[in-house]
Amino acid sequence: MDRREFISMKPTAAASPTGIKVANRRTSTGLAKYSGSWTQAEAKHLLSRTLFGFKTSELASFTSKGLDTAVADILNVSSTAPNPPLNNYSSADPNVPLGSTWVNANQDPTYNPQRRTSFKTWWTSLLIQQDATILEKMVLFLHNHFATQTETIDDPRMIYNHNAMLRANALGNFKSLVKLVTKDAGMLIYLNGALNTKAAPDENYARELQELFCVGKGPDSKYTEDDVKAAARVLTGWRVTRGANPVIVSFDSTKHDATDKVFSSFYSNATVTGETGSTAGDLELDDLLNMIFSVDEVAKFICRKLYRFFVYYEIDADTETNVIIPLANHFRTNNYDLKPVLEKLLLSEHFYDMANRGCYIKTPMDHVVGFARQTEMAFPDTSKGVMVQYDHWALWYYYSAIIGLDIGDPPNVAGWQAYYQEPQYYEMWINSDSLPKRNQFTDYLLFAGYSKSGYTTKASVLDMADRTSDPQTADTLVADSLALLLPMDASSSLKASVKSALLPGGIPDYNWKDAWNTYKSNPGNTTNTKNVENLLILMYKSIMNLSEYQLI
Amino acid sequence: MKRRNFLKASGAASLTLGGFGIKTYAKSPLLQMLAGRAASNDKVFVLINLGGGNDGLNTLIPLDQYSNLSKARSNVLIPDTKVLSLSGKTGTGFHPSMTGLQGLYNDGLVNAVQAVGYPSPNFSHFRSTDIWMTGSDTNENWNTGWMGRYLDGEFPGFPTGYPSTAMPDPLAIQIGSVVSLAFMGPTTTMGMAITDPTSFYNLVDGKVDSAPNSKYGKELTYIRLIAQQTNEYSTVIKAAANNGANQSTKYATNNNLAQQLKIVAKLIKGGLKTPVYMVNLGGFDTHSAQVDAADTTKGAHATLLGQLSDAIAAFQDDLTLMGIQDRVAGMTFSEFGRRIQSNFSIGTDHGAAAPLFVFGTGVQSGIIGANPTIPGTTTVNDNVPMQYDFRQVYASVFKDWFGLADAEVKAAMGGKDFTILPIFKGSSSGLEDWADQMSRIYLEDAWPNPAQGDVNFRFYTDGGNAELVLFDALGNKIRTIASGKNPLGDHTVSTNVTGLKPGNYFYQLSQGNKKVTKVLVVK
Repeated sequence: MDRREFISMKPTAAASPTGIKVANRRTSTGLAKYSGSWTQAEAKHLLSRTLFGFKTSELASFTSKGLDTAVADILNVSSTAPNPPLNNYSSADPNVPLGSTWVNANQDPTYNPQRRTSFKTWWTSLLIQQDATILEKMVLFLHNHFATQTETIDDPRMIYNHNAMLRANALGNFKSLVKLVTKDAGMLIYLNGALNTKAAPDENYARELQELFCVGKGPDSKYTEDDVKAAARVLTGWRVTRGANPVIVSFDSTKHDATDKVFSSFYSNATVTGETGSTAGDLELDDLLNMIFSVDEVAKFICRKLYRFFVYYEIDADTETNVIIPLANHFRTNNYDLKPVLEKLLLSEHFYDMANRGCYIKTPMDHVVGFARQTEMAFPDTSKGVMVQYDHWALWYYYSAIIGLDIGDPPNVAGWQAYYQEPQYYEMWINSDSLPKRNQFTDYLLFAGYSKSGYTTKASVLDMADRTSDPQTADTLVADSLALLLPMDASSSLKASVKSALLPGGIPDYNWKDAWNTYKSNPGNTTNTKNVENLLILMYKSIMNLSEYQLI
Repeated sequence: MKRRNFLKASGAASLTLGGFGIKTYAKSPLLQMLAGRAASNDKVFVLINLGGGNDGLNTLIPLDQYSNLSKARSNVLIPDTKVLSLSGKTGTGFHPSMTGLQGLYNDGLVNAVQAVGYPSPNFSHFRSTDIWMTGSDTNENWNTGWMGRYLDGEFPGFPTGYPSTAMPDPLAIQIGSVVSLAFMGPTTTMGMAITDPTSFYNLVDGKVDSAPNSKYGKELTYIRLIAQQTNEYSTVIKAAANNGANQSTKYATNNNLAQQLKIVAKLIKGGLKTPVYMVNLGGFDTHSAQVDAADTTKGAHATLLGQLSDAIAAFQDDLTLMGIQDRVAGMTFSEFGRRIQSNFSIGTDHGAAAPLFVFGTGVQSGIIGANPTIPGTTTVNDNVPMQYDFRQVYASVFKDWFGLADAEVKAAMGGKDFTILPIFKGSSSGLEDWADQMSRIYLEDAWPNPAQGDVNFRFYTDGGNAELVLFDALGNKIRTIASGKNPLGDHTVSTNVTGLKPGNYFYQLSQGNKKVTKVLVVK
């Protein structure tokens, strides 16, 4: 579907949530490379879905790159690990000085809760400070996929190491990552793998390995309860030594079930041969994963999840045939490397199909971090000290949590419902509680700002306006601001409505021009500057309170 | 009893209910219900914002200045024979299109305040609007609005804990695309801004705005639906809209302001306890084509004043038919008036003071203040000097309409004191008889005039504190010529105008609310 077709579609009548007509939502585009024009609209779509909001400069730069370079750059993620989280909580911690990292210190029940908060705040800060690559979105994808909860794991070292593992492999080989996850201390604690023993196998991880991590529960996923039991026996013997520092993950062959494990016809009646000795765990795990990954359903399941994370939640028969199946084939052909799959998807005509634009409800993190990035909010720098820095980042972590996404603590091992719960999916982010709070958040940071520890983080509407192409011209300022903040082209009546914030009472445009130019030539004229700022705050509020602003 | 007083009294044991001391019910739902019911009988104030700067001299026309007015603004001048007369007033009339408001005035439902402004006026729309919305001095930048501070005092802690049983409704409702600074409280806006008129009307009618039939449209429709269903006030607003049937047939469909006020009337009648509303009519920035060249009673400004006047008349008619006329009052305001002298584009440029109207059964009908004095010879700089500070009007609304105590008025006014004007019936302004008060002071013509060197002034006071001040044509205070408590009788003072730029100046004698303003020409 092209833009013209899309725009000319007739409005649908008012409808209840359950009775919304969906006639024109189908599209038959597939994975062929997108050959349409590359404009700001396409660049915006790419950035919206792969970043947590984008800066004006990023939009401009990606608009000029063209499709190939844009996608290549989005996928060119840094291989350098970010600086680790720091002690921002107390100078009384005997083992970690204030401002130093706690990731190498032994866990400490007194400070574990503060370190977990430090971890979440740090993670959120990485989103806020992300570069223009898909890395942070992929880390969140993997966190949602291999969902763990910091409250359950408790040990801050394991929590951090788990995240570092996801981060290092975010665009790497998925199959290898599954092996790492299986032997990860945090996951061994979270899904009881560390308690799995031949005398009484714990099926928890073995089940989720298939149901949630690899094969899924689609119609073609036909693993059996016996397969769960057999996999559990394969996975017996892994142990976590929590008392050690660093944490030790080891394999105890005396706890391992060394008998052969026979699987169902879904896995071609494969047998994982029982092994003994210290390498038994690894050998059998490799056999198990080779068996699981030989099933076609794995690639399809992962591709559907990627599709729902980056494109749209609804997968109809056309999409399954034209997108999911060929993408899954590509995934297998590339030995389960993630990057080629993302590249194929992000280059595809389906991804840029007008029918798939603007239909993604912002996740809570898209909403809060996107606000910080699109307003290019200034956070306290290192000179203010780690406590002040973390205090301000923490608002973002906290606010995302209260509107539904507590990073590090999804509701359960299935991840957030918005990514899997039929039929609503993303719509579950928006409810009677969260929507007013989303508006309160943006209002708050536009009007008052967040003041803590002697520093105020507040959106600078003056700087925002200054980044538009021609801030003195009200029409251009409005059009550029809407283009930055809303997913689709704004109607002329919407533009007029937003413009009325700048020019109340229908006064002529030159009033704004004069006020803006006075601000530019004499910013020290506090009265005029305050005036201009107030007008802009009201203008940005009028945009951010629109329902359209919740979509990307 | 006013809501506030009732709420304050609610803990008192002197009240009894079915034999039980009311204290027994402190914080009980029953008490809250009673408090709520008291609130529903309380006062509502409607602010009508005339955006762009209304030309006061062509609105409330000073007929006794007509000869000088015709020299200063011949191309926009309304023929004096067309000016609408006001019952009991010979020297002042309404613009010919204001028949609706004329009817209300003659019925005793309108109070006009002459030449409202503030010292050292600012001629920027934005700046002057902010001053009017916040109630600051001309050289102050305030972040809170005058109504926002009032509402913060009445409903502390908002939005935490709201809506509540006692106050289930929005504190203030504004119709228009942008929330007004007037409603800004200490941390957040106290007003419910309606994002745009279309969605507001749709909200009231229970409809969802249209969206394309696509995935985008599906999600947008969903979010809009949730936004409307779960807006914490949408249920009460819809209920009020359904309960409150408009009774008047006078709301013209092509009059946007009338349509806005129609909704306000419906919501008040429908039971909303919301004490403050704001509606908007823009387009008053009449730099050009303010009037039709062929007929100065027609044109853009005439259309606007006609809409304003008709809308208020329809609103008042509706309120009366609904039987809620005694609960509601309203006022017009604009960021400034316009220049005395018109321009060559058949328009007028940004000015200073201008009249405003307060209406309702609760107002003391009449005109406060004297007609502005129009100099015999004008330049492009000449302005109508302020007689009353707009914040005196605000303070009067707080004191005499909402019934605030003096300390609360002062807090809402940002810690400043303003003399109350006798706008409302039973006003606390201390003026037992306005006409009587008006007769007690007198200002003679200064001499020599035109002046150079020493100029002499003679005035008469009744012995109270009086002040004689010299202003320039822009409304800036030049100096105080005399000030203090003067014995009853005649006083003569002089001042030296050497060094003042030649042109028109104003000298103004004030004693309490009484003001007399005259023109001094410096050679």
